[in-house]
This record gives sequence, structure tokens and C-alpha cells, in this order.
Amino acid sequence: MNNPLLRGMTQSRYSRRDALRFAGYSAAGLALAACGVQGQKAAAPSPSAVADFWSTQKKNGRVVFANWPEYMPEDQGPLKQFQQATGISYEYKEVIQENAEFFGKSEPQLRAGQPLGYDIVVMTNGVHLGKMIQLGYLTALDHKQLPNFAANAGASYKNPAYDANNTYTIPYQAGVTGIAYNTKYVDEDITSIQSMFDKKYEGKVGMMADAQEIGNFGMFAVGVDPDKSTQADWEKAAAKLKEQRDQGIVRKYYAQDYIDAVAKGDIWISMAWSGDVFQRQLAGEPVKFVVPQEGGTIWIDNMAIPKGAANPVDALMLMDFLYKPEIAAELTSYIQYVTPVPGVQQILAAKSDDDSKALAESPLIFPTEADYAKLRPYRTLTNADEPVYNGLFQTITQG
Amino acid sequence: MRRWTPYWLALPAWLWLAIFLVVPIVAMASVSLTTGNLIDGFSQTFSVSNYSDAIAKYSTQFVRSLVYGGVATVIMLVLGYPVAYWIAFKAGHRKSMFLFLLLLPFFVSFVLRTISWGFLLADDGILFGTLKGWGVLPEDFHVLATTVAVIGGLVYNFLPFMILPIYVALERVDPRVIEASYDLYASRFSTFRRVVLPLSLPGVFAGVLMTFVPATADPINAQILGGTSNTMIGNIVQTEYMVNSNYPTASAISFTLMAVLLIGIFIYARALGTENVLEAAAR
Repeated sequence: MNNPLLRGMTQSRYSRRDALRFAGYSAAGLALAACGVQGQKAAAPSPSAVADFWSTQKKNGRVVFANWPEYMPEDQGPLKQFQQATGISYEYKEVIQENAEFFGKSEPQLRAGQPLGYDIVVMTNGVHLGKMIQLGYLTALDHKQLPNFAANAGASYKNPAYDANNTYTIPYQAGVTGIAYNTKYVDEDITSIQSMFDKKYEGKVGMMADAQEIGNFGMFAVGVDPDKSTQADWEKAAAKLKEQRDQGIVRKYYAQDYIDAVAKGDIWISMAWSGDVFQRQLAGEPVKFVVPQEGGTIWIDNMAIPKGAANPVDALMLMDFLYKPEIAAELTSYIQYVTPVPGVQQILAAKSDDDSKALAESPLIFPTEADYAKLRPYRTLTNADEPVYNGLFQTITQG
Repeated sequence: MRRWTPYWLALPAWLWLAIFLVVPIVAMASVSLTTGNLIDGFSQTFSVSNYSDAIAKYSTQFVRSLVYGGVATVIMLVLGYPVAYWIAFKAGHRKSMFLFLLLLPFFVSFVLRTISWGFLLADDGILFGTLKGWGVLPEDFHVLATTVAVIGGLVYNFLPFMILPIYVALERVDPRVIEASYDLYASRFSTFRRVVLPLSLPGVFAGVLMTFVPATADPINAQILGGTSNTMIGNIVQTEYMVNSNYPTASAISFTLMAVLLIGIFIYARALGTENVLEAAAR
């Protein structure tokens, strides 16, 4: 030890009085700030309150649509046609990357009663959309103004478990979580989820970090239906996933970036969203998508009007416009996820180009009854369940 | 009236600090002492169990972050000091060009730079793919999704913040002092050890401060370059806040990290014999 070190370690430069003063200030500041955060739990508004709200709203001639990247044809054709048909000008913003992140950013603003600046937002059916509904952050929809939705939406997209009677949301697109694999490295046909637990793919398997996604896969792997699962099932699934992790089979728990990793060959097999894989196939990359025989997850991205939106009537009109079959068909040809409008299949089949015909025949864009039977939604979680469920699976993805 | 002018001039800065630093920190401290959930609300209970629970649950990630931050800082010091030395004493009239080159990558966003590292280091990417093709590396060799990638990313992303303060300190070393040292028959090594190095210590101190703190708290490198066992405490804060809406735990973790870093810095400042931490950082 040299001298300055010794001096530095032993000399006192902050007197006790300084320390006490600092502590005093801190305590005073804390006492001033002590208030907690008010709960905003909101009951569903009565039908008459909803009717009253909508009777006072008028068309304003503009609408702001907040959506995910690559979720609208690049030429924004459907939106342009909306503008032509209605005279409403639109602003389209690709600002939503992740439900959690979008919710985390929006929540303080909505809690303070400030408008987000968006008239339509798109969120997946999951815990965050559930919180938006529970906290009263969404505007109850006026179904009298949604005739196309009533006429054209498929039966399985009406009255979903997460939003009874479509009070707050109507679907935008749906999609399937299954398995993607790179055919350059994997020379067998993957059909079972057990391949993701196979030692021979050690270090080459990608799983999703999202607790709901990985939880569902864990449950498929242990033969449990997520919809009917209990805490004991979650624990069993978590144990299976932990074993997969401990054996070094998983390379990484991915967010959106898994698809690049599969295409580059960093991983060979991964949990994947159907539309991502089709877009890569169109780009000529050697990736393939399957719904494992044990089951896959079906999720729905929903349109909703946040509380305090400036142009709710215009928003409703746009939401309904997207349910015209020809408009929905245009969306499907670009997005290539599952459309909530079954009529799109006929329209695509009647088109002359081969791409449209291929889409119309794809079971992943128009799942058959047998396919739907294999697909399960996310586990609906109560407020008491959520920390338990998240805790179990986050310990694995963020160990 | 004149007497007050400096205070008036400083007022905007003080207000800025008060509004954007002090208020959020106090509010965060307050939130860290609440209990509840988002739906039913968080009530101020002044219970410190958030802290003990968070430390117990996430001690692995805490320790891992400090180790990663520490190792990255040491590597940056070892790599950065010679660079700063070379630019200060040997680069001649091209000094400003080299400094510009050093900062050039920073015209690109932090996240994008990290992602392009992922691209560069892909298992069969331009670098390793080629080397594997030549048979230099075994087929299953990979760097991504390992500790090496995360620490490497941290070093790459924060290196200039180590080099610049050291460069500034070395730049100010009077060449006559070095000459005097040679005149007194000091060897090159002892001139460095007993003259140049001590004079550059404030720069080293500032460099360590400016790299260790953000590197320890960084979530981006672990998320993009890391694997299954590289989660850092920044990622946990993100998850607790954004995904779980568990504001109290997220705040408690942030405060704990802040406290650990502050204590570490003060010990380090005393060990280095710097009279005043802030003074050294400002130099």
C-alpha cells in the first residue's frame, strides 16, 4: 500500500454532521413525495354511457393509426383507398415494436389522463392488452358503426375470451407461433416439438423470451393444454424448459431477432411467428415453418381506440373499412398472417397471379378446422396468477 | 444587483437539475418503498422488503453485472491507455484526425452498432464463416451468445469514453517535465512510472468513472450479443418495469445498483488519493 492510498482510506472528509444533514434532506424529500400510485381499476361502462359518449362524437376528417412495422403494404394502398372513399386524411405510424414496451411507455401518460396522440393502436391479446382493458385505458366501441365487422369477421374472431362481445377491440390480424427451421442445416422434417429438446441440436435451438409464448411451448412439450392448465402444470413445463436450458440446448431466448438468427444459421430451429417465416421464404431464404403435432399458439393482434383519442369516429370508420373483404385481401397479400376475414380466401383464389393462388391454398394463412383444433390461445392470467406465471418462466429466460 | 448576476445565470441549470434529476430520483425512491400492483394501485408502505426481495432474487445478475462492468473497464484501460498515449505524444499534427476517427463510429446509433456486431460475428458470417471455410476454426466455434461477446461489446461501445479523458490528461503534461526527468537520469520506464502516469491519473479516474458506470448498467449488449446466462441487471430492470409493471421492484433494483456503484466509486476515489471525486471528473 502506498501513502496516498493509505491516507485516502483513513482520512475522514465527510463529517457526521454532513451525513446527518444529507439523511435529513433525503427523508424530507421522501415524505414530500410519499403518495404511491393510485389504482385505476375500472368497471366496464354501462351500454347507455357508451351510447352517450358516441352520440356526442363527430367525424373530424383525420385519423392517426399506430401499428407494428411491416404490418401494412408499403404503398399504404388500403389507407389511401380509405382516404378516397371517406375524405378522411390519415397518419400512419410504425411505433409499436413490443407490447410490453408500448404499454410501459403509454401507461404513465394514460394514467395521467393525457391522450397518446393515436386514434387506433394495435396490441396482441395478452397480459398488456388485458391491463389496458382493466385499467379503463380503452374506449368502448360503438358496434352500430362497425357493420363490416359484423358481416365479414369470422366466427372465431368474434366475442373472444379476452374481450367479451368485442367491447373494446376488434382483430387486426392473427398469427400462429410454431417452429421455424433452416433447411440448409436441418435435413429431417421437423414435426414434433420434442425436436427442440433434442440433444443433437445442442446450442442451435432458439426459444422466445416472452413468458406467455415460451410457457405455452413448455406446456405443449409436457402434453398440457395451456387453456386448461393449472399452476402445477406451469411448474412441470418450467422444469422441462429448465432442463432444456441446463443441457445447453438453447442458444438464446429471443425477442424479435430470432428470424435473422435462423436465416443466418446461428440457430437451426426456433420458435417462430408464421408471417415472419413466409416473408423470409419470399426473399428466397431456406426457412420452413411447421405447427408441431403437439400444438401451436394462436394469437390475435387487435385494434383499439385509446382513451382520450382525438378522432374516435374516424378511427371506427377506418377499423370497419379494413373489414371490407377486398381491402382485407390486400392486407393479407402483403402481411401473410391469418386474416380475421374468411371471405379473403375466395378473393385471392379468384385472382390470376400464382402468388395469390398459393396464399389462398396455404393452411397457415387459412387454417382448416383440423388446424384450428391444434391451436391454443395464450393462457389467460388473473392478476394473482400473473406474477406466479411470469416468475416461473422469467427465471428461465433471464437466469 | 450585480452581486446576484451569477446566480441568475446559473438558475436555468439549477432548475434543470432540480426538475429532471432531483424530482425523478425522489419520486423513484418513493415508489421503491410502495407495495401493490398496477391494477389495484401501489400504496406507500415504506416497507423495505422490495429491496431485500430484489437483492435475494437477483443477486446473480447483480454480481454478474459488476463483474462484466469491471472486466470490461480493465480491458478498456489496458487497450485505451496506449492509444491515448500514442495520440497525445506521437501523433503529431494528425492528432485531431485520429480523435475524429475514434469518434466516427459514434455517429451511428448505439443499438445499430451493437446489432452490426451481431452481423459481423455470426456463426457463419463474413468473419467466422470464412475462417471456418479455411479450416482455421472448428465447425461449432461461436462467439455470439457467450460472455466473451457481451464483454467485447461493452468494451467496443464504451472504449472512447476511456480514451478521451486519458488523452486530455496526457495532452496537458508539460514536455519540459519529461525532459527534466531525463536530465535527472531517469530511464524511459521510470519517467513514465514516476512522472507521466501520476500526472495522467485524473484522466484515468474520469475514464474509469465514465465507462464502469454505464457498462455495468447496460442492458443492450447482453440482450443483443448475450446467450442464456448473460442477463445483466439492466435487463432485469427493463423486464420488471416494462413487462411486469412492477414499478416498486424496478425502482428498488435501480437504487441498489446506484448505491453499490456510488460506494464503489468513493472507495476507488479514496484509493487513488484524489481529493475530490467531482473535481477529478471535471478536469
